[in-house]
Amino acid sequence: MFDHAWYIALLGLLTLTSPLLLLCILGLCSLVGRRLSEEATTKVCTWAMLAGLVSSLGVLALMLLHGTRQEPIELGDWVVIPHYHFSVKLVFDRLSVPLVILTFLLSWIISAFASRYMHHEEGYNRFFVLFAVFVLGMVLASLAGTIETLFAGWELVGLSSALLVAFFHDRPAPPRNGLRVWVVYRISDAALLLAAIIMHHLRGEGDFARLLTGMWPDEHATVEGGEVLFVGFLLIVAAAGKSALVPFSGWLPRAMEGPTASSAIFYGALSVHLGAFLLLRISPILETSVWLSGTVVALGLVTAVYAYLAGSVQTDIKSALAFASLAQVGLIVAETGFGLRYVALVHLLGNACLRTLQFLRAPTLLHDYHLLESAIGHRLPRRGRPLRLLGWGRIRGWLYRFALERGYLDAVLDRWVIAPFVRLFQWCDGLERRWTDFLTGSESRESDRIKPHAGAMEELP
Amino acid sequence: MNIVPSPVPWIEVAIAISLVGALCVSGIRDARRTWRTGLAFSFAAFAATLLACVGFYLCRAHELDWQWSFESEWLGRAILGVDELNAPLLPLAGLLHFLTALATGRTQMRRFSMSWPLASEAIRIATLACIGPIALIALLALDTLPGLVELSNRRKPRGVYLVHMTIFVAFLFLGQSFVDPGADYRTQSPWATVPLLIAVLIRCGTVPAHCWLTDWFEHASFGNALLFVTPLTGVYAAVRLVLPIVPDWALQAVGIASLVTAMYAAGMAVVQRESRRFFAYLFLSHAALVLVGLELHTPTSLAGAFGLWISVALSLAGLGLTLRALEARFGRLSLAGFHGLYEHSPALAVCFALTGLASVGFPGTLGFIATELLVDGVVEADPYVGVGVILATAINGIAILRAYFILFTGTRRATTISVNITPRERIAVLTLAALILGGGLIPQPGIASRHRAAVEVLGQRAKEAPAVSSERRRSPITSASPSQNLPRGRR
Repeated sequence: MFDHAWYIALLGLLTLTSPLLLLCILGLCSLVGRRLSEEATTKVCTWAMLAGLVSSLGVLALMLLHGTRQEPIELGDWVVIPHYHFSVKLVFDRLSVPLVILTFLLSWIISAFASRYMHHEEGYNRFFVLFAVFVLGMVLASLAGTIETLFAGWELVGLSSALLVAFFHDRPAPPRNGLRVWVVYRISDAALLLAAIIMHHLRGEGDFARLLTGMWPDEHATVEGGEVLFVGFLLIVAAAGKSALVPFSGWLPRAMEGPTASSAIFYGALSVHLGAFLLLRISPILETSVWLSGTVVALGLVTAVYAYLAGSVQTDIKSALAFASLAQVGLIVAETGFGLRYVALVHLLGNACLRTLQFLRAPTLLHDYHLLESAIGHRLPRRGRPLRLLGWGRIRGWLYRFALERGYLDAVLDRWVIAPFVRLFQWCDGLERRWTDFLTGSESRESDRIKPHAGAMEELP
Repeated sequence: MNIVPSPVPWIEVAIAISLVGALCVSGIRDARRTWRTGLAFSFAAFAATLLACVGFYLCRAHELDWQWSFESEWLGRAILGVDELNAPLLPLAGLLHFLTALATGRTQMRRFSMSWPLASEAIRIATLACIGPIALIALLALDTLPGLVELSNRRKPRGVYLVHMTIFVAFLFLGQSFVDPGADYRTQSPWATVPLLIAVLIRCGTVPAHCWLTDWFEHASFGNALLFVTPLTGVYAAVRLVLPIVPDWALQAVGIASLVTAMYAAGMAVVQRESRRFFAYLFLSHAALVLVGLELHTPTSLAGAFGLWISVALSLAGLGLTLRALEARFGRLSLAGFHGLYEHSPALAVCFALTGLASVGFPGTLGFIATELLVDGVVEADPYVGVGVILATAINGIAILRAYFILFTGTRRATTISVNITPRERIAVLTLAALILGGGLIPQPGIASRHRAAVEVLGQRAKEAPAVSSERRRSPITSASPSQNLPRGRR
């Protein structure tokens, strides 16, 4: 009865429930207006992360001990009606287990770091609630055995990411950037949802096991044809949005507005790799079509070159690190397109660890530089300029401008997407105003007379 | 053991309580006493609707057959009834009225008079319980009157509302006058179907007949505006009056118009510069998404649409109550600049985000599975419509977070008065949040009930008994002939 599969299932459930419990505790306390103290929050967070880490390590140990390469855990049908069911299934395999261990390990480190870094910050509790949402989303997405489960985790990661970018919300820039991140994530989510629904129709359910045979990394796709091509492209769009691949890279430097702790785990380590993880998960599907594989390789390489160029001219350390991380993500994506699955996985894990370390070190680095320079009495030697290698004269100037403007990606988005969208609907709004004014026989909108900012309570009539 | 005394006609009791309550509070001058009395009546009416719903799910069929009914006794035929479709809608309407009354701040008590809301509650409960087409049309027409009184009392422009509601009522009666009771949806006259269709589209705020709704939110008190739209009585009219008789091409036309509305309203919600208008467009987009599901008339899409109906009503009511609470503190809110309200009232910020995201089907909320089901059903019928639905949902999500950022972030403004959420407001929004999250984490009972309702509605359209009798717990309807296919307890 209590065989190794049973223990794996038990530990697997604990892996999922630890961040879920953390979110319930922190979230419910906030909802009812009884926030935990900083000390209690830190303790709860640490215990949840440790419980998740230990249970995921336990799963790994049991799998290694018994030579199991893949262990699915069926949590049953969440919803079942005729012609439709939504099943929740977790899969522990050579792709998901390393990522989930990495998630818990880095989250544990980040929670310990953040408990000091965010000490006495007004949004301390808000940070940890969003952090719990993020960890739950990451764990759910990493272990997802069905595309619907992956979608649920994917959305949780996206929301927490956007809200943490806007964390320092006293200034207008962080919320604006948070909204920009959210817009890109919604496009990515829409693509993933559509892909999920089409996959559901292809096989009657969104279970990856119905679309792929074998065990990672030796899986093969069981579906082919035009629909797979469409699904594949949708998944690539979803991955590109989440991992800030070209042409969605514009949001990445904007996301650096958030606290260093969240920047480290989101854009240095885990969130930015989630798109690459998705591509690794569906890599057998990508390999059924040379178009899909080619697109992935091209996307990865273009992103790597773009990120290298943009990163070379950054003047703040967090943006430089974010682009450095993105360059590596581009390479990981290209490796996935080439079918080098293990290489891509190891690259992903290594990059995530390195960038977390660099991000966490960033706040004190400048201070240390100043101390060193004071001690030795002169400035530290500077590195060569990377763009010098890329040519002289006009080309170099153009490249410099291109890198400085971050490939004009934001400008293109503003000019060709956002501005026409806003103009179109404002024009429609004007038409509606004229129509209602006509029906009313006078000015129909009270809302036009409202002040842009609410006054203080004392000023109200 | 049955804990609900089934022979009591709970719907009629709820309506009577609301009407008596309306009469009682109209005689009280003191605003605080009016509110207290009205709240008690509203709670009692909600309790009665809840018992009607619980009674429907718990009572055995023979007990319901013995149930006394005012209309059967005095009019000779059933007008009100509870079936799979409206069983959860009745307590939903009661709950929304009760919570809106509960969350009314002292500054709003004069504007939210309680007597008209209670009268409206009686009409709305009767509308949602009504199964006869003529009575339903009469009630839908009657439901437009409190709105007119509201605008008149507040001395606000009535033109837009009056024009739209007059056309709505006229087309309702015109269409119904041509309905042939013996014909099915294939043979029904266009003189019957087209006017009814137009009437329903106007009531649901389908583009281009949607301006009355934004205008209504501009001029009515927020509480009354919210209660008039959130139970989605227009969708109920579509299911009861239109779906059984209109041909497939007409439903496709409804679907296209609704999809255009969903996308248009979502886009408009993104560019709005005032919170009420933002809410109005958000509501329009969601109501249109529910109608999209009706167009496809498959059990899956219909179950998704019905699920989304409940989700939208709860989540947008929560969002509306949150906005109303903010208005009570800061007046009408512009979306042209950041307000920085988070630190003043973090609980309201959390409720705003939670209810807003629930409305777009965020994972873990009531709308998640409903949206999945809807998109699944839509993609099965037409992938392009599916893309449209997903896009509309995505844009709605952007509109919600934009509004959240504008309202709750930015430079904090100093105030010497606490503007945090009050205990009554907290109870109201936490109740809605609990339902949204509870329904999201345990969605099976709700979705199964909506699927049964979908099968029942489609069965009535096809004039055949639903084919899933085995999946029902009790099956007095499924075994009945089409002519007997009336809600239980009212035959």
